[in-house]
Amino acid sequence: MKNTVLKVEDLHVSFKTQTGKITAVRGVNFELKKGETLAIVGESGSGKSVTAKSIMRLLPKSTTEITKGDILYDDKSLLKLSNKQITDIRGSEISMVFQDPMTSLNPTMKVGKQIMEGLQRHQSMSKAQARERALEMLKLVGIPKAEMRLDNYPHQFSGGMRQRVVIALALACNPKVLIADEPTTALDVTIQAQILDLMKDLQKKTDTAIILITHDLGVVANMADRVAVMYGGKIVEQGTLDEIFYNPQHPYTLGLLQSMPKMNEDRSQPLLPIAGSPPNLATLGEGCAFAARCPHAMKVCHTYTPRDTVVGNDHHTAACWLQDPRASKTETEEVLVVN
Amino acid sequence: MKRYFVQRIGYMLITLFIIVTATFFLMQLLPGTPFTNPEKLTAQQLTVLNAKYGLDQPVAIQYIRYLGNLVQGDLGYSFQHEGRTVSSMISTRIGPSAFIGLQALVIGAILGLVLGIISALKHNSIFDYGSVALAVIGMSIPSFVFAALLQYYVGVKLEWLPVALWEGYSSTLLPSIALSVTVTATVARFIRSEMLEVLGQDYVITARAKGMKENQVIVKHVVRNALIPVVTMLGPLAVSIMTGTLVIEKIFSVPGLGEQFTLSILVLDYSVIMGITIFYSALFIFVVFVVDIIYGFLDPRINYKGESA
Repeated sequence: MKNTVLKVEDLHVSFKTQTGKITAVRGVNFELKKGETLAIVGESGSGKSVTAKSIMRLLPKSTTEITKGDILYDDKSLLKLSNKQITDIRGSEISMVFQDPMTSLNPTMKVGKQIMEGLQRHQSMSKAQARERALEMLKLVGIPKAEMRLDNYPHQFSGGMRQRVVIALALACNPKVLIADEPTTALDVTIQAQILDLMKDLQKKTDTAIILITHDLGVVANMADRVAVMYGGKIVEQGTLDEIFYNPQHPYTLGLLQSMPKMNEDRSQPLLPIAGSPPNLATLGEGCAFAARCPHAMKVCHTYTPRDTVVGNDHHTAACWLQDPRASKTETEEVLVVN
Repeated sequence: MKRYFVQRIGYMLITLFIIVTATFFLMQLLPGTPFTNPEKLTAQQLTVLNAKYGLDQPVAIQYIRYLGNLVQGDLGYSFQHEGRTVSSMISTRIGPSAFIGLQALVIGAILGLVLGIISALKHNSIFDYGSVALAVIGMSIPSFVFAALLQYYVGVKLEWLPVALWEGYSSTLLPSIALSVTVTATVARFIRSEMLEVLGQDYVITARAKGMKENQVIVKHVVRNALIPVVTMLGPLAVSIMTGTLVIEKIFSVPGLGEQFTLSILVLDYSVIMGITIFYSALFIFVVFVVDIIYGFLDPRINYKGESA
């Protein structure tokens, strides 16, 4: 327990919309251990970013509501903190890197100042000290001529360089947890690799735990220690990198892996897509969210929501009725055979 | 930078030239003559007068002469006021107009900013709906309606401020307030939509994620970025309001440029019409130029050096 920095318990998040309440996150559970990287994978609308923003309490209060569950940081509930207390934690204990480096920096403020702001706020540094530290951070994330670059504006940086600045900004106060929300999605592939390497590197130096939100399984394979697969606002399967990639137990995880092109595979073979489209969260009721697209769906899947079931090792769980002892054995095996 | 300025000034002169030309020839199309009761003048008197003001020459010659004088900064003499130069008429009249306008602008800009910022921060609240409704009313009801209401209630009923005329500072207040309604409404609407746009930007979330306090986020990251575009709007607004508005000056009997302008059109005082038009246009063009320069200072993404960032 001492090792766990962040724990999300049965998190439910709803949005108020004109057509009614939509529950985007419907019972998410996970733990994040010190210094590890947990990847949260899923397609658009599966609730990844909403989960991340709930942790930071960055969702707009007027339209969102955390209806159930809790988020514990260092065994303290983040949801019960006052506004003042949560701003003390944001940026200093838990930091976030956003998807699009082109828009996530203030265009009219020098990047040095943007990094210094957080330092002055959290570490009560003087301007000179903060500037010194900001310079150190820019050097750390590999920005050439950092001294000069401190006084540049974001538009004077390329996309990859900007994402480095954003990472420098996020890590400046030595946070224990870094939430990276699709940090490489907006970058081209070579830059992606550089940014991922940089993040791994810095993680080793600072022992920060990372929650990596992505829909790119390649990024996951490169970075993650553990993987949580989200679908329809829930984590459908969770386990170590190897367990998820080599022994997937949920049909959705399997579908994701099969739809990914592999380097040394016969290219004349078409990729296997998952049939159907993601569920409409507004109309999603009881039952497994994936049932409508699942090739192995049984009657029970449409009426009852499956619980997390331990499969194999005790940390590998899948929320699927196929894991239930009462499910017919042949179907379970069929899933496994494909891999 | 230098190249940009030279180019810009060139364009400004071309614009002004086009305005001068268009006004000059359009004015010739106005029916009537600058002289009151021309039918009572003898043919000889007319010839003398026409010769004195150069109206006996063909229009093309008049135009070229006018341009020649203009280049030397000479706007000519008034046709109606014996021996008064147009320049002196403008300079005596601009004072009251500029004062009322500036005062209205300050009131309007401050009120508009406050209203706009609060209603964006309290988006979709009662306050927001109320101030949007007020802004729509302020923009759609012409200022002379407010002028009349102010005159009646504040001037006649309450007797707090003079109803009209130009007698000391207290006379400037009612016209300024009447004018400021439109400014307030325009600025409030504009800043509200700018603020809402900036509030939805990713960098605002970044600032919050840094742990900045909400008021710091608003002041340093939101308001600053929302204000930049307001400068573009405020410049031209300032010119139009400071050079006098015809109706307001008429209603309050303010001896301003707007009143003079209406008057000179009614009596076909050619040189004064031309002079004031040129003055307005030149001021407008100049302010737009100044706004662009200020913009360059406020927004680091804009540079006039011609090098790509």
